[in-house]
Amino acid sequence: MSKGVLVDLTKCIGCGSCSVACKMWNALPYSQITQQQGSNLDADTWTVINRAEVKKDNEPVWRFIKYQCLHCDEPACVSACFSKALKKTKEGPVVYDVNLCVGCRYCMLACPFNIPKYEWDKAFPEVRKCQMCANRVYNGDSPACVSVCPAGALTYGDHKTMLAIAREKINGDGDYVKHIFGEKEAGGTSWLYISDIPFEKLGFRTNVTTKPLPEYTESIMGLTPAVGLSWGALLTGMYVYNRRRNEIAKEKEKPGKK
Amino acid sequence: MADQGKWTFTMTPTRKLLLLLGLLGVLGMVYRLVTGLGSATNLNDQWPWGMWIGFDVLTGVALAGGGYSTALIVHILGEKKYSPIARSALLTSLIGYLLVMAGLFMDIGRWFNFWRPFVSWGYTSVLFEVFWCVSLYTLVQLLEFGEIATEKVQKGWHSLFKKMLPALLIIGVLLPTLHQSSLGSLYVIEVGKLYPLWWSMLLPVFFLMSSFFVGPAMVTVETFLGARAHGHKPDISLLQSFIKISGYVMLVYLLLKVVDLFYRGAAGLVFAGNLEGNLFLLEMVCGVLIPIIICFTPQLRNSASGLITFGVLVVSGVILNRMNVVFTGMADFMGGAYFPSVIEWLVSIGLIAIGVLGYLFIVENFHILPSQTLSQTATPVDGVKTKTASV
Repeated sequence: MSKGVLVDLTKCIGCGSCSVACKMWNALPYSQITQQQGSNLDADTWTVINRAEVKKDNEPVWRFIKYQCLHCDEPACVSACFSKALKKTKEGPVVYDVNLCVGCRYCMLACPFNIPKYEWDKAFPEVRKCQMCANRVYNGDSPACVSVCPAGALTYGDHKTMLAIAREKINGDGDYVKHIFGEKEAGGTSWLYISDIPFEKLGFRTNVTTKPLPEYTESIMGLTPAVGLSWGALLTGMYVYNRRRNEIAKEKEKPGKK
Repeated sequence: MADQGKWTFTMTPTRKLLLLLGLLGVLGMVYRLVTGLGSATNLNDQWPWGMWIGFDVLTGVALAGGGYSTALIVHILGEKKYSPIARSALLTSLIGYLLVMAGLFMDIGRWFNFWRPFVSWGYTSVLFEVFWCVSLYTLVQLLEFGEIATEKVQKGWHSLFKKMLPALLIIGVLLPTLHQSSLGSLYVIEVGKLYPLWWSMLLPVFFLMSSFFVGPAMVTVETFLGARAHGHKPDISLLQSFIKISGYVMLVYLLLKVVDLFYRGAAGLVFAGNLEGNLFLLEMVCGVLIPIIICFTPQLRNSASGLITFGVLVVSGVILNRMNVVFTGMADFMGGAYFPSVIEWLVSIGLIAIGVLGYLFIVENFHILPSQTLSQTATPVDGVKTKTASV
């Protein structure tokens, strides 16, 4: 059963417990954690909280936005990996197997949210990003970040249930904007967000396509066998035909053979 | 040079410089392999792909397209009048692909794992198709070159290579058709990230067509360069009819580009006056439109200067197109900054220098250029003449 996390941005107090829990569970080195718009992920920081200063009903307000891999239902990174180093598990997490990784970094380019980061300072770098605590999820636990949230901003459970709760919340309370980020974005993601401030004001990429990204390439890749076979047959035909044509032309040129 | 079994390579000041650049490149490569990408390059999380992928690989493969387009024209379509060009086009292409493989090897982070996609099939990835096609095509080209090489060394194998040649030629046109287009498909997944002037579902078609029409242009540039280096006259009547093939393909390309821009509603961006719009205009006007005019104006096409201008413009246009896709078109979304490091430059330049030296060595020791055909079949007196001229 595919799992998901619902992030209720109206409840986040920006305490940063989630990012500390992430560092601890994944044994990532600490760096100074800052809360400001645009603070970003890196190879050792798999989740951050951005602080957005926005206006609501003409009053300045702060909102805290937890940011990490959204674990797409049909991930572009997985489809872009040419050695199957990235895969989507049936529980939901998109996970990385370093043993298969060649290090081409096409996943970084393919990701619609620019999530995967690279260990540039290592001789043999790894691609790094949130793994949604795949082993915890596999064993029925929630991801480390969810387990420590003191404000109730993060809810973990079946993906369908999370979507249902999100719908119920935004329809039942007029304070929420009528948009579940992650329901349709990039074809749907395991992480879902609801908010009382329009998502584009909080730094979300709201203009992302709703068609799953792998479908774009599949529609082209699917043509390869047919194109390859028919083009190969055509080339062979033209080769044989033109060789014979040239042979006949040569024979005609020879004197006395007319 | 028709002397069997003897190897010649005359050192000139230019060649010494190339050798030095090549050595510096090798040092750069060793440094990169030992220390890793972060210390050797200026790549970063915003710019995971830089000069080595953008120039050495994407542009390199396109410019090496002369090999398959010439093979298609001469061997498959049977236009034998162009056959004097075929061998040098194959050689450039082979060397081009070897350089591409070297560039790719430098760029992958875990290079000891380069063979993984051969066994762990990520078949949903465009890169998977590119990887297989480029590897196989390099092998096919090596075998095609085997037919030339065995004229001089290991002659016993020559008849075998000759027998394999028809199959090699057909596969050798089929594979590039697939991966030249796939290099364009690589950027289809950048939907919404790559600037709309370049992103299109037709990217594979555009990449394929441009790799095809750059072929005769590249051959023209090489022929003039080679003619100057080896002191013979380029065959202008042959080249002018050869570039017409490019011209027709470029006409279709231009038309398709315009239709595609209007279809996607991106035509207004062309004259937006921003960096993207201006570079797109530069690419299309200098790289496509002006060459088409040269190509279909007989006075221009029939002159050496017209041919050289055509060649240089088309080649630069395709280079600019690939740079625009990899850098200009991605800059807005990716943010951050990237400029190649000293080592990235050294490696890229060094690889080209090694390629040029390799080309010169092979041209001077194997039967590649048409003048050598003459020296072999001509009367002894002529043979002596060509020999003295080339030493």
